[in-house]
Amino acid sequence: MDLNGAETVIRCLKEEGVECIFGYPGGAVLHIYDALFKQQDIRHILVRHEQGATHAADGYARATGKPGVVLVTSGPGATNAVTGIATAYLDSIPMIVLSGQVPSPVIGSDAFQEVDMVGITRPCVKHNFLIKDVTKIAETMKKAFIVATTGRPGPVVVDIPKDITDPAIKVPFKYPKQIVMRSYNPAVKGHKGQIKKAVDLLLEAEKPMIYSGGGVILGNASEELTEFTRLLEYPITNTLMGLGAYPATDTQFVGMLGMHGTYEANMAMHDCDVLVAIAARFDDRVTGKLSEFCPDSKIIHIDVDPASISKNVRVDIPIVGDVKSVLQDMIEVIKTAKKKPSKKALKDWWKQIEEWRSLKCLAYDRTSKLIKPQFVIEQLYEATGGDAYVTSDVGQHQMWAAQYYHFTKPRRWINSGGLGTMGFGLPAAIGVKLGYPDADVVCVTGEASIQMCIQELSTALQYSTGIKIVNLNNRYMGMVRQWQEFSYESRYSHSYLDAIPDFVKLAESYGHVGMLVEKPEDVRPALEESLKLKDRTVFLDLITDPTENVYPMVESGKAHNQMRLPPGVIGDRELA
Amino acid sequence: MRHIISVLMENESGALSRVAGLFSARGYNIESLTVAPTEDPTLSRMTLVTRGSDRIIEQITKQLNKLVDVVKLIDLAESDHIERELMMIKVRAEGDARFEAQRLCEIFRGNIIDVTPQSYVIEITGASDKLDALVNALDRDSIIEVVRSGTTGILRGLKGLHV
Repeated sequence: MDLNGAETVIRCLKEEGVECIFGYPGGAVLHIYDALFKQQDIRHILVRHEQGATHAADGYARATGKPGVVLVTSGPGATNAVTGIATAYLDSIPMIVLSGQVPSPVIGSDAFQEVDMVGITRPCVKHNFLIKDVTKIAETMKKAFIVATTGRPGPVVVDIPKDITDPAIKVPFKYPKQIVMRSYNPAVKGHKGQIKKAVDLLLEAEKPMIYSGGGVILGNASEELTEFTRLLEYPITNTLMGLGAYPATDTQFVGMLGMHGTYEANMAMHDCDVLVAIAARFDDRVTGKLSEFCPDSKIIHIDVDPASISKNVRVDIPIVGDVKSVLQDMIEVIKTAKKKPSKKALKDWWKQIEEWRSLKCLAYDRTSKLIKPQFVIEQLYEATGGDAYVTSDVGQHQMWAAQYYHFTKPRRWINSGGLGTMGFGLPAAIGVKLGYPDADVVCVTGEASIQMCIQELSTALQYSTGIKIVNLNNRYMGMVRQWQEFSYESRYSHSYLDAIPDFVKLAESYGHVGMLVEKPEDVRPALEESLKLKDRTVFLDLITDPTENVYPMVESGKAHNQMRLPPGVIGDRELA
Repeated sequence: MRHIISVLMENESGALSRVAGLFSARGYNIESLTVAPTEDPTLSRMTLVTRGSDRIIEQITKQLNKLVDVVKLIDLAESDHIERELMMIKVRAEGDARFEAQRLCEIFRGNIIDVTPQSYVIEITGASDKLDALVNALDRDSIIEVVRSGTTGILRGLKGLHV
């Protein structure tokens, strides 16, 4: 069967099982849009800005586990997509971005809407391609999907010059079932000897600690992680990206670690004698001061990406492999091992952890007349039965959502952890809702972040994606304000938003429901009412305490055991 | 420490810029870089000379391996190897300087490959330090131009870097 280039592109997506794509038309992709118009298999979601397309595809990918697909035009369409591509890259999200390019003969001539997309995205993609021949489309698309979805996943850009999709040029269509790439062979099985050594070390530990990251979610290894952790009865902490991989309601879970991690998680990290890092990458927001990171600990590191091993922290036993496969192998070795963990040592270790836990580092003032942001998240957790998909933007609200919404399942917590992209939450929520139309999808945001991609409220109306926007409105870029309070003697340089729109009217003008909430007692009823409006997008504008800070906090350049704790708990002091 | 990293990669447009981009983005230094297709026209061989602690070199090799276009690589400095660099050097060759240039060229086993009444072009191949030595031996004022290829290298013995 002969297809032209544009039809070939769409047909490849169908062969890959793609159900919906996110995009915005323009000159260089008009042939592809014409091919889209003539078919029914693939649904196209028209966003209002290309950044929104990438974040929506990203949210869809994080929630469903399937690759997100984006279609944008050349030039500004392509550059607008770059922030979303970088966001996906930093969090290792599988994504295919199809960008139009000016016709091949004029590439390099500064043609209208020409930009070197392959060059611009090179540092923020797993790989990228420029298609130079219509006969190469199918093979390139197959390679793009393989690279994006295997090993450590990531975004792949496929740049397609307009002449390649010319409707007049037809070629036979054949989609390869599999392609062997001699230069690309991601690791799968972990080394048996290393696994044995790691288990031996783990079983000898007296103060063990499990630290797991976003790779467990990407690798669909939550079940294995849970079995592994329960088998050992060791404490476990999750990174911001790893929340939900292990149920946060379980007693073995000591909370998130790092800059805004719990007291017990950070203290246990600092004092442990054997650390097993599972598909986590020792990010600076997690480690704090590197020279004082887990000072007395031997470290085991499981990761699919060899370049993550010993990048920031020297590890003693590296295991390169797919996290699911490695954990399965480790569980087998532990079950058959003669050696068992020391019950006495473990009991003492847990006693110490419980002591740290009794400090209740996440306590906050519950008597305030103002709405406390933590209270909103707690109420949201209860109102949704802990079962919603929660997306967030970046800042204080993101940390509160991570701390107070106790995620018990993987893929429920969707946020830009690596790049820290404000504007991510709303389009991501639309993407999640398109993946799971019947689920409760909530975007926890702030009045600063939400305005960075607010135009997507229009997309939410067009596709009736009934999401709930929980806007923690404190009139400040809260996290910037907090850093300025702590480190710049409260000089709040340009972190106050002097002019904020009336979000209720704004939501209404976009065709949605807006609610203003100003008193603590109105929070829960408003949340419940919004959740009842299943098919409607509801914008809850909650006026919160502008002075509230995120605690605990390990300030930049400090060690895990030097945390700033909430003033009400044990006084505003640092623990040495 | 100085390392010579030899990379076998897909001969695709853009492959070179991926490597160069990786080095600049991650702040690794490149002393020299050479690249050309191999006997198999689908593959290119690139030789990079870089310096860094063991930890940095380990990261460099891992990050290079992570590039989808890279098929294989080795650090030549870890094994018994031969390295060579080509230099062409144009010198003023008038009066006494003409004989001095000829003499140095013989001592260093170079060839004079271009002759005019005023100048010579000397071609010399060897390890980089031998090339440095010739440059230093010549009168600085007599040097018109120096062109160096950058280091390439190969393992000694039967072992090799191939697919």
